[in-house]
Amino acid sequence: MKAPKELKVKPIKNGTVIDHIKANKALSVLRILGLPSQETAVTIAMNVQSSQMGSKDIVKIEGREIAPKELDKIALIAPKATINIIRDYEIVDKGQVSLLDEINNILKCQNPNCITNTQEPVITRFHITRKGQVTLRCYYCERIMYEDEIESQL
Amino acid sequence: MVLSQKDIISIKDFSKKDIIETLKLAEKMEPIARSREKCDVLSGKILGALFYEPSTRTRLSFEAAMQRLGGGVIGFAEAGVSSATKGENINDTVRIVAEYTDALVIRHDMEGTARYVAGLVDIPVINAGDGAGQHPTQTLLDLYTMQRLLGEIDELHVALVGDLKYGRTVHSLAYALAKFDVKMSFVAPKELQMPDEILHDLSSLGINVNETDDIHDVLNYADVLYVTRIQKERFPDPQEYSKIKGAYLINAKLLENSHAIVMHPLPRVDEISHDVDNTPYGKYFEQAFYGVPVRMALLKSLINNKI
Ligand SMILES: [Zn+2]
Repeated sequence: MKAPKELKVKPIKNGTVIDHIKANKALSVLRILGLPSQETAVTIAMNVQSSQMGSKDIVKIEGREIAPKELDKIALIAPKATINIIRDYEIVDKGQVSLLDEINNILKCQNPNCITNTQEPVITRFHITRKGQVTLRCYYCERIMYEDEIESQL
Repeated sequence: MVLSQKDIISIKDFSKKDIIETLKLAEKMEPIARSREKCDVLSGKILGALFYEPSTRTRLSFEAAMQRLGGGVIGFAEAGVSSATKGENINDTVRIVAEYTDALVIRHDMEGTARYVAGLVDIPVINAGDGAGQHPTQTLLDLYTMQRLLGEIDELHVALVGDLKYGRTVHSLAYALAKFDVKMSFVAPKELQMPDEILHDLSSLGINVNETDDIHDVLNYADVLYVTRIQKERFPDPQEYSKIKGAYLINAKLLENSHAIVMHPLPRVDEISHDVDNTPYGKYFEQAFYGVPVRMALLKSLINNKI
């Protein structure tokens, strides 16, 4: 058998690697980060075997160091994600994501009668009311959103 | 009294202390509300009443409250006479009206509207009902009625009767009562019982709750029967509806051996028989009146803290 010519996920020279994303959630992670955008190269690996998680997704973002505050937003759907900042093929910073108390402008409220689902100039705001099994409450209409509803409201 | 919030949006924002202080001040307002004393503490102040959804009773109650304190009211009373139908958004309307006024009261059929408006303007905003959402001044007047007529809220046994599943009034009231040391009974057909989420919240607050579908279970014990309407639309089968309706009808005969007062957020249709109106049990008209001193207390403390 021939040896594989390419690695599953190519190393990046500079940028951000998000590892230990829950399997099949990589696309939602990118969505939260507003990626892909025109000038940013993104590599995704989905359902990769992981000793810790069974299977996981990995996202590599070339040429961009994403700010920790920005990255914390992905804790909504990838609470165990780990972050590596890469410079010249070396990991210069490692970290984890932590769930913020408030999630702004990311999720839609699933209450069709909520003021945020009108033409009014208003961004959505949710407060995290429970971590672990994440539960959020719309700041405006007070409707509760449960963990399994989050992805469909991105 | 100084409230800990700038706006009155949801009863959940109220601490027990805020509630108690508001009820205390409402009691001081009562002689003025009854025209036995004069007051002009809000003289020269204007309340903007933005009723995108009509509710005559609530609007008149706010207008009476403002005028009893010497203030004036401007506004509109349904979407048809405002710019709402011409497509001007709420944002623009409230920012303009806020320039003319000292406080806003708003009613709208979209949930969260009052919270949204409170973030747009610097003056105080009072929520007079937002769709299926919150109506905090109703809850406060409900509490005031109980305290006023029964002496104290602590130790009361309050039975909420009727549609407990969809009724926002009873949801807010249950949360507010949970701040006190009360017993609650939820009397409703199984299809319309209190949502699990609320039951869960109440039990985690250590509240003793009794659920039943038979009003006779509570007649001997309850101090308050808080009755809400069971709507026909909740039952696809008209026969089933009339059976249920009959089982929850409150009339004078039913109340004979009870000591409870009967309350209702109004308007009622036929869930309380007219023969209750003039008995010592029927307190819903007094309850409606108590909306005035409660709203006076809120207006005064929001607009003018000086006295
Ligand atoms: Zn909402």
